[in-house]
Amino acid sequence: MERTFIEEDWMSKPDALVYDNHPETLIDRPLHYCPGCHHGVAHKEIMHVVEELGIQSEVIGVAPVGCSVFAYHYMNVDMQEAAHGRACAVATGIKRVRPDKTVFTYQGDGDLAAIGTAETLHAVNRGENILIIFINNAIYGMTGGQMAPTTLEGMQTSTTPYGRNIKDIGYPLKMTDLVAHLPGAYYVTRQSVHTPNAVRKFKKALKKAFEYLKDERGTCFVEIVSNCPSGWKMTPVESVSYIEEKMLPEFPVGDLKTPEK
Amino acid sequence: MARKATVLIDKELCKGCELCVIACPLEGLVLSDDLNLKGYRIVRLDTDKCTGCVNCALVCPDSAISVFREPKAAKPEAT
Ligand SMILES: Cc1ncc(C[n+]2csc(CCOP(=O)(O)OP(=O)(O)O)c2C)c(N)n1
Ligand code: SF4
Ligand code: SF4
Repeated sequence: MERTFIEEDWMSKPDALVYDNHPETLIDRPLHYCPGCHHGVAHKEIMHVVEELGIQSEVIGVAPVGCSVFAYHYMNVDMQEAAHGRACAVATGIKRVRPDKTVFTYQGDGDLAAIGTAETLHAVNRGENILIIFINNAIYGMTGGQMAPTTLEGMQTSTTPYGRNIKDIGYPLKMTDLVAHLPGAYYVTRQSVHTPNAVRKFKKALKKAFEYLKDERGTCFVEIVSNCPSGWKMTPVESVSYIEEKMLPEFPVGDLKTPEK
Repeated sequence: MARKATVLIDKELCKGCELCVIACPLEGLVLSDDLNLKGYRIVRLDTDKCTGCVNCALVCPDSAISVFREPKAAKPEAT
């Protein structure tokens, strides 16, 4: 078998490793996600940020129902599984019992924007001091690619085989825009992870979110515009172009609310 | 030629999604014909000119890539 790797003398030097694929915070275990799924990128970079901020021991994560239901299998921090859509309510309880901890939720769009809409909006409206990470792939991945509230107009899914028809089904729900209007929201941003630079920006935003959380002045909300190659019936490479051409015009990246100075 | 930087690809984690292939500015990563135990075709580095930019590792969903760069020689101490 051809070697993908040639040993060089300098590689054993302590500073030679510039990107560690498994920092202490990410468990070295094969992911169950489909090839090219952005859940993997999100898990990895969230855990890199936790490592870089040195907050592994003070973080508690809440996993959702959806493809990322096993998030606690991979994230090497304290984790709690929540019932479908209830992650923000569970995180509220954890944060109130352990105010010394940094609490985040990780939720898909089916979880956060459909069955969990009420829990999410009310948690933000109460200004709970938690970080909500919202991974928006515009579809229900786990259950076989059904339409989600965030599905784009005209997008084909297994429940909208002719494309989402706005007249009958309504518009893509922009949760991030909604929560940005709530007084309880402290920092609200939308990012993506489809290119290396997008990942760099996402990491920066996530770091800010974790730091703002320390102010204890409201909810931080980070949306990640992402893909679902299996549900979208595309190759991972095609899904990246789809994000660029279709998802980002509907869900533009950038900060929607930043703390007042 | 001695390499200044290189990547280490964990063959058993790679799923052949090619997201790293489109992220490499040198087009230095290629999908090979080799299969891993799960049956995925895996990528390999096909260049000596890798700069260690970490682009591939950032977008790899399966944490298959780590990146090494030759550390700069320490500056001689000022006298
Ligand atoms: C109470 C309840 N209702 C419905 C379901 C079925 N269900 C499982 S995952 C899911 C949606 C997941 O979609 P999303 O949150 O977008 O995550 P993805 O899989 O796309 O990452 C649904 C409806 C369930 N598990 N529990
Ligand atoms: S079904 Fe979609 S969201 Fe779920 S693991 Fe596969 S690609 Fe990812
Ligand atoms: S991005 Fe990762 S999983 Fe995908 S082909 Fe490259 S090394 Fe393999």
